[in-house]
Amino acid sequence: MFLFYLSSGLFLGWVSGANYMGNVFGTALGTRMLSFTSAAIICAVFIVLGAVYSGGGTAATIAGLGSVATMSGAFVVALAAALAIFVMVKLGLPVSSTQAVLGGIIGWALFVGSEVDFSILLQILASWVASPFLAALFAIILMSLVKTYLKYFPIPLLYQDLYIRIALVLTGAFGAYTLGANNIGNIVGVFLTSSPFKDVTLFKDVVFSAERQLFLIGGLAIALGVFTYSKRLINMIGKKVFLLTPMAAWVVVMSHSLVMLLFASQSLHEFLSEHDLPTIPLVPISSSEAVIGAVVGIAILKKGRGLRPKYLGRIAMGWVICPALALVFAFVLMLLKAFLPPL
Amino acid sequence: MFGGKIVLFQKTKELNAKITEFLNNISESAIVFAKAVDDYLLNGDSDEFASLLNNMASLEARNDQLRRNIETELYEHTLIPESRADVLELLEGMDKVVNMFEAQLYQFSIEKAEIAESLSPLYLELVESTVSAVEALVRSVRAFFINPSEINDHIHKVMFFEKQGDMVGTKLKRMIFDDKKMELSHKIQLRMLCDDIDAIADLSEDIADQLSIYAIKRYL
Repeated sequence: MFLFYLSSGLFLGWVSGANYMGNVFGTALGTRMLSFTSAAIICAVFIVLGAVYSGGGTAATIAGLGSVATMSGAFVVALAAALAIFVMVKLGLPVSSTQAVLGGIIGWALFVGSEVDFSILLQILASWVASPFLAALFAIILMSLVKTYLKYFPIPLLYQDLYIRIALVLTGAFGAYTLGANNIGNIVGVFLTSSPFKDVTLFKDVVFSAERQLFLIGGLAIALGVFTYSKRLINMIGKKVFLLTPMAAWVVVMSHSLVMLLFASQSLHEFLSEHDLPTIPLVPISSSEAVIGAVVGIAILKKGRGLRPKYLGRIAMGWVICPALALVFAFVLMLLKAFLPPL
Repeated sequence: MFGGKIVLFQKTKELNAKITEFLNNISESAIVFAKAVDDYLLNGDSDEFASLLNNMASLEARNDQLRRNIETELYEHTLIPESRADVLELLEGMDKVVNMFEAQLYQFSIEKAEIAESLSPLYLELVESTVSAVEALVRSVRAFFINPSEINDHIHKVMFFEKQGDMVGTKLKRMIFDDKKMELSHKIQLRMLCDDIDAIADLSEDIADQLSIYAIKRYL
């Protein structure tokens, strides 16, 4: 029965995979420096690795947000989020699975009258506002550093392209890893409390925890989405929002990845708290916002030349519509569930 | 995947070497052109001139081959996909410069135009401006491939020498047509020679204009 309920989480993983691939490799593919297949393989492998090895922190935040203790509740939240993303992707808009899941949880909470932990909600919302600004800032700093370096230590054009190509692959892998770590919470976080998985001991002393088993399944669903569903979104980000030079495309992916890492790294979190420094909350943030933030950062450096506000507007609109859609879907699904006989 | 990257390193190195050779040949063709015209003005269609013309023809043939090779490799290994079209256009433009040098020398060799001694210094001056424009262009293109921050240091020189060529050309044509003894057909032949040499500097200026746009597209 759990697997049936988890299927909505897997559906969510599948539709999110398209979105993730667009965010991590969209700009790189837009420069035609990588083929879709090699980008998809790197993206899928590293998302799964990130989810399994570093996914714990943000998943706990999502699990703590609305305490969706029942499997059926988790099923509805994930399904509502997946449907919202599915609709948005069909419209060719990059959306945030984070926002969709949050909308789903609030819709569910409104229906059952459960309390939403507003402190976590505020933390998440504040991170969403901060993340695109941070990404823009990173992009501006990185791009300025790269330009200054090239001014004093020029690299011949052909070699420059070769290095950028390699950097895009490595940074894309890093981006996929941080994305898997940061966003796996969205995909299976709501199932954490109700998961019946037990820890499994492999090779005598290697423990494959119940949590990680869930993350692996979620990660594989995302990987499937990467392969089957992401070409359209890539065209949206890579070609329409802003025409990027290969160098700028690399800066965008790198800035995005750094922001994702900041909000997912448990080691960084522990390091900061051990040294009595203000910590960065482990919150699943929107990778779409981070990418768009970084692209706008580049555009600011170029004094806005080449930016296409029409597409930017459409994307920003998606950020509002998507959680609202998920909220409505969750509410309607709960209504339907109330009228249907229990499974 | 990593094997692919090693191949790309090798291909990039080879391609860089080919582009360098291509540009060296254009520089050399400018020197050969200047020497050949100088020789023609002194000795007419001599053996030395014929040997320089042969030299020019082989440079032109080699550059055609190099250009085709470079184009094929850029496409086969999807190198510099973003700037590929611009680079190809640039190389084709540069190739035309050598073609024009060669065509001009053939024109001297076939038509065997008689050039009065009084006109020779201005023809030489025109050739000098044209060759200087081409050399500045080659330096600009090298900068595009190696150190783009230096492009502007060379591009403005192309414009300068092209203008100088225009001025010398006008002076030369006035001298030709002010000559009361020369046949009109001879005057027209000499004017065409002058225009054709000047056209090489004009082409250099056009390529330099394109180059500055490519540089803005890629590096701004």
